[in-house]
Amino acid sequence: MSGAAAVTSEPAGTPAGRPVGLPAGEPAATSMTMVKALNLALRDSLRDDPTVHILGEDVGALGGVFRVTDGLAAEFGPDRCLDTPLAEAGILGTAIGMAMYGLRPVVEMQFDAFAYPAFEQLFSHVAKMRNRTGGRMALPITIRVPYGGGVGGVEHHSDSSEAYYAHTPGLHVVTPATVADSYGLLRAAIASDDPVVLCEPKRLYWTTGPLEETAPIGRAVVRRTGTSATLLTYGPSLPICLEAARAAEEEGFDLAVVDLRSLVPFDDETVSAAVRATGRAIVVHEASGFGGIGAEIAARVTERCFHQLAAPVLRVTGYDIPYPPPMLEKHHLPSVDRILDAVARLQWEQ
Amino acid sequence: MTIVHDSVPTDLVGSVGLRGPRRDPAPLLPDAEPLRVLGTRAAVTGDPDLALDLYSRLVLGRRFNRQATTLTRQGRLAVYPASTGQEACQVTAAMVLADQDWLFPSYRDTLAVVARGVAPIDALTLMRGHSHCGYDPYEHRIAPLATPLATQAVHAVGLAHAARLRAAADPRASAANVVALALVGDGGTSEGDFHEALNFAAVLRAPVVFLVQNNGYAISVPLAKQTAAPTLAHKAVGYGMPGRLVDGNDALAMHQVLTESVAHARAGRGPVLVEAITYRLEAHTNADDATRYRSAAEVDDWRTRDPLTRLEAHLRAHGQLTDATAERLAAQAEELAAEIRAQFEAAPEPDPRSLFAHVYATPTSQLREQAADLDARLALDAEFAADNSHNFDHTDHADHAAEGAGGQLDRDHDGRGDLR
Repeated sequence: MSGAAAVTSEPAGTPAGRPVGLPAGEPAATSMTMVKALNLALRDSLRDDPTVHILGEDVGALGGVFRVTDGLAAEFGPDRCLDTPLAEAGILGTAIGMAMYGLRPVVEMQFDAFAYPAFEQLFSHVAKMRNRTGGRMALPITIRVPYGGGVGGVEHHSDSSEAYYAHTPGLHVVTPATVADSYGLLRAAIASDDPVVLCEPKRLYWTTGPLEETAPIGRAVVRRTGTSATLLTYGPSLPICLEAARAAEEEGFDLAVVDLRSLVPFDDETVSAAVRATGRAIVVHEASGFGGIGAEIAARVTERCFHQLAAPVLRVTGYDIPYPPPMLEKHHLPSVDRILDAVARLQWEQ
Repeated sequence: MTIVHDSVPTDLVGSVGLRGPRRDPAPLLPDAEPLRVLGTRAAVTGDPDLALDLYSRLVLGRRFNRQATTLTRQGRLAVYPASTGQEACQVTAAMVLADQDWLFPSYRDTLAVVARGVAPIDALTLMRGHSHCGYDPYEHRIAPLATPLATQAVHAVGLAHAARLRAAADPRASAANVVALALVGDGGTSEGDFHEALNFAAVLRAPVVFLVQNNGYAISVPLAKQTAAPTLAHKAVGYGMPGRLVDGNDALAMHQVLTESVAHARAGRGPVLVEAITYRLEAHTNADDATRYRSAAEVDDWRTRDPLTRLEAHLRAHGQLTDATAERLAAQAEELAAEIRAQFEAAPEPDPRSLFAHVYATPTSQLREQAADLDARLALDAEFAADNSHNFDHTDHADHAAEGAGGQLDRDHDGRGDLR
């Protein structure tokens, strides 16, 4: 068993005998939006565990600006789904105190860039509390962060902030790209005894798919097998990579696509195996490239697969600029064309 | 019934409309002058046992501060932010809390942590550089000493709120009537987290007492550059909670105000903000030079208002402190100091293998690789040390550091607080 799997192989909140990711009373084939799946995960967690409490801005009567908490305050009461004052450090700091007293808070940060006021609480306390207390005080907090662009959001509504979280020891950072994973990862996050940042790709909120069994936190998954090169991606960029893989077929390339799902813990095993299988790799993400997740992955892959690599690991990422206005974002975001251009640069001439 | 609905204040002026609740600010205002008991009739008619008890705690507290400061000169503590002069705040903060209550200290509050029952060696692991928090927060119901200012005040709100939630869910639970007391300094009141903590506490009606020890300086910056508020206690009014102003060097007044504030919170009447006027008699830490920003005359003036000597003068004037008792207390203080020194003599070194143990509930595969790497290095170091045991050990940097600290001790030694 790999180390990553050991971390969360037994999510405490998952009733025994049921695979991770399947809600009670919902046929596996039921198709729903990602928003609905997240809502269902919250509802099931509130129902199964009385210590689970949601708090955030507009999570009550409104049901959240994306409706992820729709109906929860009505069903479970305002104490279980709490509309807080508008202050992110206050929200997360309050959640820390609640977790100290044995509750399992689920915090909603309304948008990626709105989470920044909570960074001190997150980095100085949430991430460090278990460590600084010698393992005596765990903070099982889930922090939901709708993130990424591609939705026409004006300034401060489209940041990709996952690298900040992933760079912070003590946090788990996961990001679903499918409806099934959004349910499974949120339930696993809430059940985890460690703090988990769930980066929710808001451009995929309204995509639909079935609820299926998913893996616990810490496992990547090969979404498409291939022989030419391996695309390594996550969250909002998965559909673009799959589309690029289909387009690449016309050019004679057979691309594999790996969905990381979990940035921390990082699934070296699956990633390395997928890269060795093709000998070429491209990391694709929306966030700026410099000092980012792609840089870390390129380094890890190079360290582990150097002798199997036929070309340098390339990155297709957002440019190293502040997130652009929505009328320009299409130039900034990874696209099928940019991915295919990168594939063409993978040193095919021997 | 829910906590949230229960939290709507009952003292509204007019109806709750779009503009929100309107409350009469008058009952929330602090007194014009800090509450004093010493020198008033209340001190004479009050419980003499309490006064003597407070005095004995102050004597021990002062000795603790002096011993910890000495340990910095010996290189046994990396740093110590002394609360010398603030002992009345420190000991009463611990004293007024019930067993089930929680204390949320900041970095200058080691004495309050010790006063609540933590062994000095465990309370000082942070300052020793040994481990970030040497005590079990759940055993003592004390959060780790917070260095990022006022951040822990928000945790106090969350914990107190959670205790109310759990008590509402199960009225028989021990969670009933838990109060959280958060310690903040005057500088900390400028932090955004202080504002958010007070606002959340008031909105949630959380049973929290915020004790601001206004010692006049945030390292070097005096209060006049920190705030334009009439007093720090007045800030309470803006959040809709009562503000109390108290002489922080008057142990009787501190005990009274904190006891009343804890009772207020415990009764479900919401949070209280207490501003205690005190003074930091020592520099910010042993690494600070306070002569750069305040005069000796100012410090001398505050020495005349020392919480220890004030209470002692009161007790002696009323025949409540005999020389024999004073000698007994001094001997107890020396016992405490000797015990601290003995604890430091016997204190173990931190284990490098612990570095990876508590990052996550279960280490990631990456951390396991790094731990294996460190293990291999430690094994090589041990092998090298064994091979060279007859020679000077070139690998042990700690010995060099200890030598350096010892040399500095000789140069800096000024005789004050010398115990060794």
